[in-house]
Amino acid sequence: MSNSLPDSSESSQPESDFNSGVRRSAKSDLKGPVACDHCNLPVPSGLLNPKGDLQFCCSGCKLAYQLIHEGGLADYYRIADSSTSVPVGKKSSDSLFRQMDNPKFQEIYVSELPDGTQKVIFGIDGLHCAACVWLLEKLPQLVSGVHGARVQWNRSTITIEWSPGQVSLSTIGRTLAGLGYHPTAIRGGEVHDSVIRESRRQWIRIGVAAAAAGNNMLITAALYLGDFSDMSETVAHFLRYCSCLLGIISIVWPGSVFLRGALSAIRTKSTHMDLPVALGLLVGLVDGIVNTLKGSGEIYFDSLSVLVFLLLVGRWIQYRQQRYAADSIELLYRLTPKISKKIEGDSFVEIPTEMVVVGDRLRVLAGDNIPVDGVVTRGSTKIDASILTGESRPDSKKEGDHVSAGTVNLSSAVEMEATAIYSDTKISKILELVNQASQNRPKIVEFANKMGGYFVVTVLSIAMATLLYWLWYEPQLAADRTVALLIVACPCALALATPLSIAVALGRATRRGILIKGGDVLQRLSKGGMVWLDKTGTITTGRQDVTEWIGDLKILPAVACLENNSTHPVAKALCRFEAKKVEKGELPRKKIVFREVDQVLAGGICGTTDEQRICIGSESFVRSLSVLISDQFSKAASELSLQSSSPVFVAVDGEVVAVAGLGDPIRNDAKRSLEQLREFGFQVGILSGDHPQIVKSVAAKLGIDTEFAHGGLSPEEKERFVRESSQMINKGSGQSVMMVGDGVNDSAALASACVGVATKHGAEASLQVAPVYLGTAGLAPLVGLVAGSRAVMRTVMLNLRCSIGYNIFAVILAATGLINPLLAAIIMPISSLTVVGISLLSVAFRKKK
Amino acid sequence: MSVLFIALPVALLIAGAFVGGFIYAVKTGQFDDLDTPPMRMLFDDMEVKKESKQKPAETEEDS
Repeated sequence: MSNSLPDSSESSQPESDFNSGVRRSAKSDLKGPVACDHCNLPVPSGLLNPKGDLQFCCSGCKLAYQLIHEGGLADYYRIADSSTSVPVGKKSSDSLFRQMDNPKFQEIYVSELPDGTQKVIFGIDGLHCAACVWLLEKLPQLVSGVHGARVQWNRSTITIEWSPGQVSLSTIGRTLAGLGYHPTAIRGGEVHDSVIRESRRQWIRIGVAAAAAGNNMLITAALYLGDFSDMSETVAHFLRYCSCLLGIISIVWPGSVFLRGALSAIRTKSTHMDLPVALGLLVGLVDGIVNTLKGSGEIYFDSLSVLVFLLLVGRWIQYRQQRYAADSIELLYRLTPKISKKIEGDSFVEIPTEMVVVGDRLRVLAGDNIPVDGVVTRGSTKIDASILTGESRPDSKKEGDHVSAGTVNLSSAVEMEATAIYSDTKISKILELVNQASQNRPKIVEFANKMGGYFVVTVLSIAMATLLYWLWYEPQLAADRTVALLIVACPCALALATPLSIAVALGRATRRGILIKGGDVLQRLSKGGMVWLDKTGTITTGRQDVTEWIGDLKILPAVACLENNSTHPVAKALCRFEAKKVEKGELPRKKIVFREVDQVLAGGICGTTDEQRICIGSESFVRSLSVLISDQFSKAASELSLQSSSPVFVAVDGEVVAVAGLGDPIRNDAKRSLEQLREFGFQVGILSGDHPQIVKSVAAKLGIDTEFAHGGLSPEEKERFVRESSQMINKGSGQSVMMVGDGVNDSAALASACVGVATKHGAEASLQVAPVYLGTAGLAPLVGLVAGSRAVMRTVMLNLRCSIGYNIFAVILAATGLINPLLAAIIMPISSLTVVGISLLSVAFRKKK
Repeated sequence: MSVLFIALPVALLIAGAFVGGFIYAVKTGQFDDLDTPPMRMLFDDMEVKKESKQKPAETEEDS
């Protein structure tokens, strides 16, 4: 325990200033970086504590450091991976944690264990290395009354058990947040329980199948070797009975999955890969039992046991990859906290949005999401409704105006009254539409399963021919030959080929940030077709940025320092622009101190330095200050307006010196990516809720046919476009319609498309319905997805050819009577191993070196 | 060779016992999470690694 911490009064005060971005002290140049003792980031000079040994960059770090040391857990700093940043203690509003003790909250999230302790599952943010697991599981040491804390890494959750008499849940939550892991309570685990049950069943099946297969191979090895030495009849019989026992166990227990699969395929009159597998297993089983009892003839139990085991492993790999992708997506939207600020008297408390009721008065700060549908009761602001409408320009809302859940409050804090919650909100109505669309989606029968059907027919007819042929020439051999054929034709490699190559590809894709929920997507993407792109956030960056700067660049540092005081999107865009210029070395890093800053709500900001007065704002704003605008700048501004970007004027001492054009810029990689998509056989089109004029100009820049660039669409219209193009395209050729988007307004279209692709920062709704999620922004991952799909399909085809080749070979051997159990036992695993090898060596989604 | 008549059933019984043990392990949840335990093990005995101090890593978005 080292405790020379600076006392809290010293560091909490400058901290708030640091956050608001106003630099009070002029001599704030860095005297060489001092690393924070918690997070290793440089400490801002204003926060340096000259007396203390320990330095912190913010009070959050200090809090986390204190907590860790008081619990005697300083080892954390030794094991923490120094290459990544450690989580920083976050200041969360206290009322949110107080809500955790609310009986209503506990009813929703907490479950009681038989021994009187309580259990809660938190999703945690910021889990990134082994040290986090170590620290979090030491929670009982930090908080007395907590009995157990178990982290589950892949789901990013922590399960906590505590005695409600000794410690309150809010204390636990506060401690977690203090350590830098913000807890979000997770509701009941029914879905997860069923997933766990299924995964346990699979493990047991694999275990039993593996034991049976291994032992069976040993026993039959003895039998084969016995053929070469003279093994006594009784021993051979005994070995055959043992092999028969193990074979029956592996077919009746773990292998029953395939029998049941085949049965349900017959019931629904569909074809499935389980059909030929089950046929081979059953024939082999019955024939083997008969031959064992008879004491003569061939038995194939070892091959059958190994077959069951390999197929189950293939299935498990596939299941695990899909689960992994689904978990990651679930994690993404679970970690978005859903918190509302409810006004009570003069202040407000933070409560989970689920606890809001109609009539509650809520406060929504700038930058927050509107939690429920409602009416603005005080204040006026700009709302970004692009998630619902796709319109990238902010919308003004004043008292009495209606605001919708899910939209973002951009400029200033407002109060609102809730008018609709849960299922009544506009966003839920759209979600309902989405659900309908996903139910209407036609089920595409997987390629391999379709092959299963042909396969059964082919094998049965060859078997029939063999039977007839041998009945004609040598009737006593006919039954044996036919049975051998049916067994060796059992398509182990064929059944593994598709799922395995797809599973390997999905795993690699996940590691590259492309999450794919099901393998059929890859097949659909490989043949090209039509791709519809959402504009805002997909083709463009989805945020306001400076696209053009007309005038002197020298004023920019001052502009950035002034705009640092504002949280308006325009201000942020100007600051980003400056930061970029400084990074490129086009501008020196400079700090300009403003003596006075007045932010005018409608459209601008003014500030005074020692030398000059700077005003930044829209045209109407600078005109209202009677600033001189020269011809050059007013012409530039009107040109900018024509290009659908909004001009922002910078005036110094009553004269405009520069104009910045703000727009939603097209991503750098867009043009090249679209060209690549076209090469892959996709027709590219735009579906946007944004103004048609803007959409047309974007389309023109990217070389997209204006016939395929549609603007001003509602979610319903987008969905209709996608549906119509699917109808047009799906006739023959196996081409598909892909929709790429991120907002709620795209969700219906995403669900309706053959392949929906949600992009980074997408809305929850789009994540839920889209089978693909791209974890990196931009269009390049989309190209990667299509290229990967094509590679996967090539691997699948190669695998299918190989395994069919093996099968034809084996069938010919069997039909001519050249096969024996030993040969079958060698051919079957080799064919499977070839398929595994091809799948692993495939280039699909492999990282580029 | 006749030793096989005893050795083989015994071997199969042992194998069965291990399968039973495996099933018990699965049912008690030991295979539910395969990612966390490797991170959890042996931390207390871990070698002390001296980390360097000035390492500005990427900042977390924090307001």
